[in-house]
Amino acid sequence: MKRANEQAVEGFFVLSAYFSALLTVALFGFMLVLGLPLFAEGRIFSIMAQPWAPHLGQFGIQPMIVGTLAISLLSMLFAFPLSLGCAVLISVVSKGKVSWLLRKTVEMMTGIPTVIYGFVGIFLLVPLVREFFAAGSGMCVLSASLMLTLLVSPTMILFFCESFARVPDSYGKAALAVGGTEVQKFLHVTLPNSWPGVVIGFTLALGRALGDTLIALMIAGNAVQTPGSLLDSARTLTSHIALVFAADYESPEFKAIFACGIFLYLFTTFLMMAVRLLGVGRERWAR
Amino acid sequence: MGAVRRLQEVGVPFFSWLCGVLLLGSVIAVIGYLFVHGWRSIGLSLIFGTTPPLDALLMKRHVFNGLFPAVAGTLSLIVLSVCWAIPIGMASGIYLAEYAGPGTKAFLNLFFDILAGLPSIVVGLFGFSATVFLNRLFPGSIHPCLLISSIALAFLVLPYIIRTTQMALEGLPLSARMTALSLGASKLQNIVHVLLPQSLSGIVSGVILAIGRCAEDTAVIMLTGVVASAGVPRSLFSHYEALPFYIFYISSQYTDREELATGYGAAIILLCICLVLFLLAFVVKRQVSYHALYRA
Repeated sequence: MKRANEQAVEGFFVLSAYFSALLTVALFGFMLVLGLPLFAEGRIFSIMAQPWAPHLGQFGIQPMIVGTLAISLLSMLFAFPLSLGCAVLISVVSKGKVSWLLRKTVEMMTGIPTVIYGFVGIFLLVPLVREFFAAGSGMCVLSASLMLTLLVSPTMILFFCESFARVPDSYGKAALAVGGTEVQKFLHVTLPNSWPGVVIGFTLALGRALGDTLIALMIAGNAVQTPGSLLDSARTLTSHIALVFAADYESPEFKAIFACGIFLYLFTTFLMMAVRLLGVGRERWAR
Repeated sequence: MGAVRRLQEVGVPFFSWLCGVLLLGSVIAVIGYLFVHGWRSIGLSLIFGTTPPLDALLMKRHVFNGLFPAVAGTLSLIVLSVCWAIPIGMASGIYLAEYAGPGTKAFLNLFFDILAGLPSIVVGLFGFSATVFLNRLFPGSIHPCLLISSIALAFLVLPYIIRTTQMALEGLPLSARMTALSLGASKLQNIVHVLLPQSLSGIVSGVILAIGRCAEDTAVIMLTGVVASAGVPRSLFSHYEALPFYIFYISSQYTDREELATGYGAAIILLCICLVLFLLAFVVKRQVSYHALYRA
């Protein structure tokens, strides 16, 4: 009797694990099925390349793809040096209490809700950008990527710190023993030995930047156009999903949001695969 | 050569301090701005409006000009989602840590990594499309509602709970694993009576962070049933309000200063909830930086 009970519980463990894995596939399957007509007859490529012009019967998501890439890549351009600098500050330059305090602050930053960044962005950053550049509404690619920088930096900083700490102590000691300074030790020993971790941190942060909805939705302006400059309004794939609400579930407008979903799914999956292929990902979970 | 080296010695620390000051300054600006503009609206009337608090809590009267419905909606959302996610997440974590072979583990881990990395709007879109799909099967009976949102949110936090359970179990020393087994306990008895209690702090800190994720997420719920004004949720199948959505809504739709002040108040409340949860997770288990990586 007891054995049967145990088998039932263990059966539940197995089922749960495979259910959760299946869920990942089902998520993709649902979007594919509901967006299906879009992908018939090779229309998927025209969807990716066309502009969004409902009055002309064009429902391409090319402006949204460009908007997403512009905002996330620009934020990575700001965030990467910033995070590297902060990670160096925490791991190498500052010591003791200061280093601990900085680290805790960065960890705390991961707990700040995205909608808060968006909210403060509207009332603090957008007017600043508008005044400073004296152009447009201030709701633009630049504002969104500046706020996004704050969102993605903690992920990178913590990951960089961890990969610096993983470089064996003996390597660093050797550098110091031959008369190197702390800075030289970092530049010539720690950094070259931790680059896979740095690349992975960058990749994970890029995934967050691509996938974030609220910041772009609230402060990028959401105009459906291919942004021509940093001060142009833009719409990301994520905002497009959040904004399109067609009453008619069969309309091409509505189907196009599944193209956005599929694109985001494939892109983040691709990034996650890259992280795993770099190897350190597996090592991280096994620890 | 000497000049380059001197430049490095001065430049690297200078650059890193510059970055540190810039980051800290920005965070302090964000949080400070919120508190400077919002502290005046903090008070009981922010949540309950003009309704007596006790009447509101006992559901005797509706709250029209306070955040009570949004707070109640967020709380019900958290409780429901965590209820769905904990059993399945913990069971999957236990399976991964204690039963699965190396091949199966690597295979399943791939899916959980992908799930963890998905943007929350994609999970929301899944919840929404599942609703559309069910609506076709059973016309007129399924609409976006609290139940759908909580299930979709549960999917979002599932990888957190799987991961923390798995890591907590795998982190136990061999001696802890062997004692009960050597006394004749079965594998399951060992897990339930020895391994799970010992890894509880890790699992609990994961659950707390999952709660934080449920409290702050906006993208999932805006596709699956949250609305700007619905009152306190009456049933699983009703529309509901939630704090993060309220903040989002007010930021673009406010009509007067008073509404905007309520928006600031809501933002401060949400920020405090999330920071308190974060501190709690930190107190339960001092190694939270790893969780930080699990926000996508």
